[in-house]
Amino acid sequence: MIVARQVLVLGLAWAGALLTLVAAIGLLRMPDLLSRLQVSSKAPSVGVSSLLLALALHFGDAGLWLRSAGMVGLLFLTAPIAAHLIARAGFVTGTPLAKETAIDPAGGQAPGS
Amino acid sequence: MTAFYLINLSVIMGVLALAMTLAFVRFALGPTLADRVVALDMMTIIGAGLLVVAGVVFGGPAFLDIALMLALIGFVSTAVFARYIERRHGP
Repeated sequence: MIVARQVLVLGLAWAGALLTLVAAIGLLRMPDLLSRLQVSSKAPSVGVSSLLLALALHFGDAGLWLRSAGMVGLLFLTAPIAAHLIARAGFVTGTPLAKETAIDPAGGQAPGS
Repeated sequence: MTAFYLINLSVIMGVLALAMTLAFVRFALGPTLADRVVALDMMTIIGAGLLVVAGVVFGGPAFLDIALMLALIGFVSTAVFARYIERRHGP
């Protein structure tokens, strides 16, 4: 029972750490502000949520479960807002885009679609 | 807590530190200010994750509160930096 719980904790922690590492590699290698933002706003919140789940499972305390659930909610609530604010600031100030990135002038609402 | 468990958790902390180093390289390189703010935001989130794993290793649940505060401060600083970038560009 205890061994199974430890294996579960280690699996969750490894998943979180590897997701975060992949996100960091993506942040370093992506060509563009917007693509970097796309990487850095999703993966770390999932990775850190996995680490939080591992911590709550390791201690198994009701208060810790509650606090880590609150932190998961906070991460999933604030990461898209921060990404939106930075993307808006970068777009307004005219950050150079990579040559693969295209701007849709109709904003995804082309007539007839 | 067995030795295998402890070694695995230490390696996980090393992986997170490597991720933080890569994010710092982007922070140092970043061509524009917005790139640096993105890298800083990600470094804050990775730091919160590192604190969570440290809480498991050192057996201190109080690490979770510090990680929570770090995540909150990271969000607020990102929002303020975005506002500053827009304001600096023009009215």
